[in-house]
Amino acid sequence: MSTMIRSLAGAVLLLIAVPGLAAKAGNLDSAGTNVFDRASLQRGAALFVNYCMGCHSMQYQRYQRVADDLGLSEELVEQTLLLGDQEISDYMMSSMPYEESADWFGKGPPDLTLTARSRGPDWIYTFLRGYYLTDNGWNNTVLENPAMPHVLWDLQGIQRALTETVTDDEGNSVTVVTALELDSAGRLSTEEYDRVVRDITAFMEYAAEPAILVRQRIGVWVLLFLAVFTFVAYLLYVDYWKDVKK
Amino acid sequence: MAKTAGTIGRTVDAVDNWVNERAGVKAFWKQHLSEYWAPKNFNLWYFFGSLSLLVLVNQLLTGIFLTMHYKPDAEYAFASIEFIMRDVEWGWLIRYMHSTGASLFFVVVYLHMFRALMYGSYKKPRELVWVLGVAIFLVLMAESFMGYVLPWGQMSYWGAQVIISLFGAVPIVGTELVEWIRGDFFVADATLNRFFALHVVALPMVLLLLVVLHLAALHEVGSNNPEGVDIKAKKDAQGRPLDAVPFHPYYTVKDIFGAGVFLLIAAFIIFFWPEGGGYFLKPDNFVMADPLVTPDHIPPVWYFTAFYAILQAVPDKLMGVILMGAAVLILFLVPWLDRSPVRSLRYRGWPSKIALGLFVIAFVRLSMLGLAQDASILELRFWTLVYFAFFILMPIWTTFENTKPVPERIPS
Repeated sequence: MSTMIRSLAGAVLLLIAVPGLAAKAGNLDSAGTNVFDRASLQRGAALFVNYCMGCHSMQYQRYQRVADDLGLSEELVEQTLLLGDQEISDYMMSSMPYEESADWFGKGPPDLTLTARSRGPDWIYTFLRGYYLTDNGWNNTVLENPAMPHVLWDLQGIQRALTETVTDDEGNSVTVVTALELDSAGRLSTEEYDRVVRDITAFMEYAAEPAILVRQRIGVWVLLFLAVFTFVAYLLYVDYWKDVKK
Repeated sequence: MAKTAGTIGRTVDAVDNWVNERAGVKAFWKQHLSEYWAPKNFNLWYFFGSLSLLVLVNQLLTGIFLTMHYKPDAEYAFASIEFIMRDVEWGWLIRYMHSTGASLFFVVVYLHMFRALMYGSYKKPRELVWVLGVAIFLVLMAESFMGYVLPWGQMSYWGAQVIISLFGAVPIVGTELVEWIRGDFFVADATLNRFFALHVVALPMVLLLLVVLHLAALHEVGSNNPEGVDIKAKKDAQGRPLDAVPFHPYYTVKDIFGAGVFLLIAAFIIFFWPEGGGYFLKPDNFVMADPLVTPDHIPPVWYFTAFYAILQAVPDKLMGVILMGAAVLILFLVPWLDRSPVRSLRYRGWPSKIALGLFVIAFVRLSMLGLAQDASILELRFWTLVYFAFFILMPIWTTFENTKPVPERIPS
């Protein structure tokens, strides 16, 4: 009997031990974000509106929600974050219409509300730090030949790639990027730039699931209640069964 | 029921009598709870039946509330889920309860089925209980598959595409059959609408009916137990089985305790780990369905991957589909494949123990291989063979193995 339980528990553990599906692409840097750091989210929101929303939207996220969740006053949000004639109850839509931009570029800039859930925060963090300039324009270590230029280049500076020619499994020689080095400095130091990217990533992580700010706090109380409930139920069970189990 | 005093008490008694004379509530209560005699030696494995019922109720209730805000329209479905997650009061909680509940449903049902295999709960006179149970499992698979399509993310869309196209393997009418199921030339709005209808109306009704029949069949013959002892063989002067306790209050209080432990685990997932490491909510499903972009890898949800692995083990599409179907349908035959004179594994020989152990390993391993992108075909075939050998060879080892004598009473 107990062997049976043990073998089953082992089987279940085996199943759980398969690495999580979220981390699919290899070699991503850890974003190190903290969605409970309100200052980081506030900086991230400002950076996102300034640098990303020229092209990208967050079509499921409202400004009002950002104001409420990040502790910003409506006036402040209206003055600093809203684009054009938008209302605070509007969704965070870029002023560039998606259909037209799809016509201009062949492919419109993707909506970013849920990117942190589909790609993961580490992907965003590595992507925004992974741009390098080649003779043919911008390239990226995470997303090869991206449609998007490096919009944060004046902050980060210009990186160049150090490459190496290796032979792959099929015997072809291919050029791989081994490292990036800063060719000309930007307005920020490397540490400052990493923080900027981390703040943007944290904001996107929050926006992908605003409930993340409350669910764990509520969860603690639910678990505490259930623990007490289960304990009382256990006492009741033992009391009822004491006649049966001599 | 104790005599209650006063005007209120008399009114309550009067209503009570009025209802009982017409509906037989007391008789029903006695037959299924207060005088349903259950073996006194249920162990951990016997929690999963009542837990399945608990999850079913959770799915129905949270499902009703999700339906109030969900829009079954290819254009709005994905956005309506995000609306539920953001703008509906407690919408995120209801949605996570439903999505986590779907995965936990399969966890408890798989453990419930394993219990039946371990203690021979399908053997005479409980064949019908088992057959109805397998029917529930089949309907549950259809129900969860269709539910998974409703969020209309990339995995919803392409998973539906892959699974529906399997029907194309049917000779002659395959192509027409697939179009008939989809209601269009590709997975589209028509498909989403009919899956919604089936998921929220048709299949839940079938599921509820089957659950009622499953319980009715069980209560007709009585529950098995870990020893496989027939408790009805030894009764006291009043006709009560000596080794039994009334289900209520004994097993109701025990099951409430079990439900508490289960809810602790469920609440932990819902509040702290709703994506379940990408197994309960897949990352790709946070991208809206796009018929023009095929994902590199389209694995089914974790609870289907064993059957998906069996499909992949065969290079021929039709044969693969037949084998995958057979992997589920063969469960119906278990009561007649098992020739053992005893029910419980406790009184069986080593061949039964090794066979069940190998079967569990095969099922878990196939589940893992079904998720992997580069599973070795040889390994897939090996475990598929082990899976089917468990059923096909069952009549042989259960006939020839040595069994221990089953005691007349449940040993204390």
